Amino acid sequence: MRFWYSHRRALSPSACSPLPSVFSTAGGHLDERVSLVLNFDRGRKGIEARAAIRRAVRLWFEGQGFLEVETPARVFSPGQEVHLEAIPADGTRYLITSPEYHMKRLVAAGLPRIVQICRCWRGGERGNHHEPEFTMIEWYRAGASLDEIARDCEALIEVAARAVGGWPVVEVPASRGREGRPEHLAVQTPFERVTVREALFRLVGIAPRGDESVDELRVLATRAGCNLGTAATWDDIFFQIFLDRVEPHLGRDRPTLVFDWPLPLAALARRKPDDPLTVERFELYAGGLELANAFGELGDPVEQRARFVEEAERRRQQGRAVYPIDEKLLAALAEMPPTCGVAMGFDRLVMLVTGADNIRDVMAFADDEV
Amino acid sequence: MSTYDTSDIRKGLKVMMDGAPYTVVEFQFIKPGKGAAFTRTKFKNLLSGAVIERNIRSGEKLESANVETKTMQYLYKEADSFVFMDTSTYDQVQIPSETIGEDALLMPEQIVVEVLFFNERAVGVTLPNFIEQKILATEPGFRGDTATGVTKPAKISTGATIAVPLFINEGDTIKIDTRTGEYLERVGRA
Repeated sequence: MRFWYSHRRALSPSACSPLPSVFSTAGGHLDERVSLVLNFDRGRKGIEARAAIRRAVRLWFEGQGFLEVETPARVFSPGQEVHLEAIPADGTRYLITSPEYHMKRLVAAGLPRIVQICRCWRGGERGNHHEPEFTMIEWYRAGASLDEIARDCEALIEVAARAVGGWPVVEVPASRGREGRPEHLAVQTPFERVTVREALFRLVGIAPRGDESVDELRVLATRAGCNLGTAATWDDIFFQIFLDRVEPHLGRDRPTLVFDWPLPLAALARRKPDDPLTVERFELYAGGLELANAFGELGDPVEQRARFVEEAERRRQQGRAVYPIDEKLLAALAEMPPTCGVAMGFDRLVMLVTGADNIRDVMAFADDEV
Repeated sequence: MSTYDTSDIRKGLKVMMDGAPYTVVEFQFIKPGKGAAFTRTKFKNLLSGAVIERNIRSGEKLESANVETKTMQYLYKEADSFVFMDTSTYDQVQIPSETIGEDALLMPEQIVVEVLFFNERAVGVTLPNFIEQKILATEPGFRGDTATGVTKPAKISTGATIAVPLFINEGDTIKIDTRTGEYLERVGRA
């Protein structure tokens, strides 16, 4: 059990003073047992907020005509994304990194509006905003535009904030604030909407199109003053620029929806009909948190297979596990109506509206407390 | 020279970047949607004290810095340098005055300090956080004057001039914070 990470900070020095010897005890057990008794309050608050938000989110989806579904957690193809590491389950199966593939099969099978709140697993991800086992809200709307999904996100943040009395302004703790200072964030609609190109141009003064060679992009990054190290792929160089110069400024005055990602970062998104170097995708940032990733879902099984093959090859080159291509998904894509979908980190949503520092603060047990 | 990767990043890790030694003061695991993992790291330049932030992609290597701190005692001053003795080996080193800077004015003889060596060369001296010094000269104080925030200059034997409350007299011993050069309290009366 843990609860003392944040609580210890939350306690005033005078509240700590009766038990200094306990807090200074080396090694965990006594420390943790005592702090559990002392500090359960804040931990309970996180758990209660989580339950209230979950209830409100479920109710909202029901009101919007969504069907709540459950799909398998142990699958053969956990997702081919180059930078995700699936955790092996049993035999030849892995735990899902997101429920995307099976949910798309349900859309293809004729369920136009579905939502799922489920556990996902990503190996090796641990930090203030990351846990290897976490909770995702994922939903799909057949026949809808990406902008409708963006409005869903706006509504959902309002719903979550209201559920804990945090509307319309949420607290951003120092650890997530600009220059390490605590601040406040107004989360009313409409959120700020920018494209990747606008953000890069405004903040960095460069305007990559998406068809630059790796060398050309490297020149742009160097001009932007980024330290590239040994980055040698388009997406590694892009994210160095993005993390150094763009991401720290997103979602600061209002939550920010970043649309229109360059083709090399397409993942499972489809190209824009009027701009084939750009894909229909947005990411949502708010108060130092990356909250959600949405796609106009790629429905072309031929292009999807080509991307899977390419990603598998990159995984092979990096010495990562290569997962089988999900043939049932590819078969279903041919039947899937035009669809938009999004995955939002539920734990991070709770963090946003409760002003939590650390993802552990909104979970009953973190991975290393199992 | 050894190298580290991002999983070795810890507070206090000493690394070389752009030819200067840095120490890690803060770090955080980050991972953009669909991108590689990075460690957002704040480094302090051990020579200039400047703090910089770098996002280091997993897989990048960091070069270890050849820095070490030794506990040394200040013996005496020469023309342009100060002479220190390693308290474990009794080796003596000379450290140029400009390396020590203004701290020299708060450094009484015999004081034990931490000396930072970079590539075997002394590059910085860290004083204990607090020192106690006798007041050498100051305007006479007023017994009953306890007004807060009102100060007068007072000279101490190491050379610094410290702002002290009005009730402090010549010969009093005061406690000073060496990080700010500020008076903290009176610890002995004349």
